[in-house]
Amino acid sequence: MEYFVIVISAIFVSNIVLAQFLGVCPFLGVSNKISTSVGMTGAVIFVMTLATIVTYLINDLILVPFNITYLKTISYILVIAALVQMVEIILKQVSPSLYQALGVFLPLITTNCAVLGVALLVIQKDFNLMESTVYAIANGIGFGLALVIFAGLREHLDMMNVPKGMKGMPVALVTAAILAMAFMGFTGMV
Amino acid sequence: MNNWSNFTKGFIKENPVFVLLLGMCPTLGTTTSAINGLGMGLATAFVLVMSNLVISLVKNLIPDKVRIPAFIVIIASVVTVVDLLLAGFLPALHEQLGLFIPLIVVNCIVLGRAEAFASKNSVLSSIIDGLGMGLGFSFALLILGATREILGSGAIFGYKFIGDNDGMLFFVLAPGAFLALGYIIAIINSLRKA
Repeated sequence: MEYFVIVISAIFVSNIVLAQFLGVCPFLGVSNKISTSVGMTGAVIFVMTLATIVTYLINDLILVPFNITYLKTISYILVIAALVQMVEIILKQVSPSLYQALGVFLPLITTNCAVLGVALLVIQKDFNLMESTVYAIANGIGFGLALVIFAGLREHLDMMNVPKGMKGMPVALVTAAILAMAFMGFTGMV
Repeated sequence: MNNWSNFTKGFIKENPVFVLLLGMCPTLGTTTSAINGLGMGLATAFVLVMSNLVISLVKNLIPDKVRIPAFIVIIASVVTVVDLLLAGFLPALHEQLGLFIPLIVVNCIVLGRAEAFASKNSVLSSIIDGLGMGLGFSFALLILGATREILGSGAIFGYKFIGDNDGMLFFVLAPGAFLALGYIIAIINSLRKA
């Protein structure tokens, strides 16, 4: 039950992109086509889960015992950057087909603030390791859900007759506003 | 490029938020009021100036292959300093900005300027570039924050001007951020093309 609440609240109620504003850059950047947004989602779920587990262990086993939690930001971002590189190298060797699908998105993820954000949030929320893992996966799915819906809307938007000044980013932002409003309907569910 | 145009390019011509569309997360997440937006902007500006300064000083010492991780470590150190300073001297603002302070590390503007400008230019022009970009970012956040505060709570810098009425809460909430930014960019786009 506990996990169910974490999952529902992470995906719908406080969606990481539309309610918490984490990962807005890739949300606006790679949402032109549904196929690329699905690839990005896969890469984000993968890295976010892995990064959250590793940074959780680092916080619990190194930073807290030695009382150096102020080094959190530096150590986390280094771990995430290294992790992304490592995943890229391993994936290339082990599963070339998966690498082909996710490869281009991996370098982009280092600067995806959703990954660092979730790693910091689980510490703030005092989750244990299992809850953190579930929370990370659920947030990855929430990110993917928002991204894929938005990509679908933008594919249609491309064919619409949009006023000159609103072309491109402005109309995409207004669409995102309507999408965020739809997600606000989940408020108070848990 | 002279120093003056180097400084002013961040405000309008290459404004990080309105034109380059970088650093969207803090832009949308922290601008619930003018003062929060300005605080976030100035914190980012400080990080930009300091990281540009340090990176332009050590640019010749860093091997090309590991420059990105090295830049990230420098930026993360400056961000930690800002985080601790804000927690110590402006705890209220620190509370409001919350998670978005450590997230300055992954703000594309900071790493973008480090890679595109500070790693190639002299110390002085890197500082000016960081200051111009940082103030341009603050300027954008201030405009968005003020717009949302005026429409959303009928106040500006915490000073209420519409009596007991509360304004449209919509603009303080998440969708209002997207909508306000969308229309501001639309206005700027049509002014620039006209």
